[in-house]
Amino acid sequence: MSDSQGPLWEVFVQKKAGQPFVHCGNLHAYDKEMALQNARDLYTRRGEGMALWVVPTAAIVASSPEDQGSFFEPSNDKVFRHPTFYPMPDVIKHM
Amino acid sequence: MENKDFEAIFENKLAKNEMVEPKDWMPDNYRKHLLRQISQHAHSEIIGMLPEGNWISRAPSLRSKLVLLAKVQDEGGHGLYLYTAAESLGTSRDEMLDALQTGRAKYSSIFNYPTLSWADIGAVGWLVDGAAIMNQVMLQRTSYGPYARAMVRICKEESFHQRQGYEVMTHMAFGTPEQKEMAQDALNRWWFPTLMMFGPPDSESPNSENAIKWRIKRETNDQLRQRFVNQTVEQVQYLGLTIPDKNLKWNESKKGYDFSEPDWAEFKNVIKGNGPCNKERLDARNKAHNEGRWVREAAAAYGKKQMEQYAAA
Repeated sequence: MSDSQGPLWEVFVQKKAGQPFVHCGNLHAYDKEMALQNARDLYTRRGEGMALWVVPTAAIVASSPEDQGSFFEPSNDKVFRHPTFYPMPDVIKHM
Repeated sequence: MENKDFEAIFENKLAKNEMVEPKDWMPDNYRKHLLRQISQHAHSEIIGMLPEGNWISRAPSLRSKLVLLAKVQDEGGHGLYLYTAAESLGTSRDEMLDALQTGRAKYSSIFNYPTLSWADIGAVGWLVDGAAIMNQVMLQRTSYGPYARAMVRICKEESFHQRQGYEVMTHMAFGTPEQKEMAQDALNRWWFPTLMMFGPPDSESPNSENAIKWRIKRETNDQLRQRFVNQTVEQVQYLGLTIPDKNLKWNESKKGYDFSEPDWAEFKNVIKGNGPCNKERLDARNKAHNEGRWVREAAAAYGKKQMEQYAAA
């Protein structure tokens, strides 16, 4: 068997219950359990979080920077998705 | 798009202080420069564990042992952050480790000096980590995203390292006359090798120009070295120790200290492989790697089986 460092995993940490999981880095591990343990040892040694996700890097599908313009274009011409699109009467103070 | 267009986008990013990300187009030389710098940086973290690891079993108290263990554990993590940043440029950790272990890749020359007494552990944390932090603070704003993000985490974790080193120095410098002598001896031996850590003088640094142009580095070797000396003098004075440099003198006109250059011939010689511990460090690294092989193989086989069972379920 060839010597290997194991596949890459991406690590997401949740700082507190209720907050989103945020990507914090990656690591090498041979299986799920080891990935989770390594993630704890590497990324939460100083109280950075109380919950972790580990995901095989190979399972992530990402948009590519070359298509950035055309891929995200459809949202740019829909200004009506933003609240500032709608004029409000001056007398209404809160909405 | 033409290559020229990609290059314009890249230049534009740098001009706007935006970060370059792994999938973005980048010039080959930029990629090469980063790979060399980041992998060297990673190797330095890993080899850097050896001189300190030497003292874990001999730390003078349980407290100092716990602290040193935590510090060395941090360095291992820093090596990993940096290796994965380098991997995002298209090389594998296996390849990088192989380059390190066969002597093709370099690491910081500082780790080829021995840690002879407990005071050396103080000097390493205080001076060596201090110099590294100065460099790393600058690198938090480096132009390559994964490298910059690794640096942010590293700087956060490093901040205790320099203080623990200085604490050891304080205990030694304010201890018995013998302890103070050990502290002075450690300072004598580590001062100039630490100044070498910032790299050759700007006039002789072949990689500096590109590094600044590409915003990989934002300050030159000499600028960082000067700042380090300016900050450190006061810390030495507090300890009641003496910097082993007769030319060290405050220069009012440049608002900084004048100081002697390290022996650059020695620097080159250590990088070439002729330092006091080059062979010992590589041997220790290779021994650990080879003796750990069966663990990696067993873990890989177990991991493969787990994944198959998971897929079958």
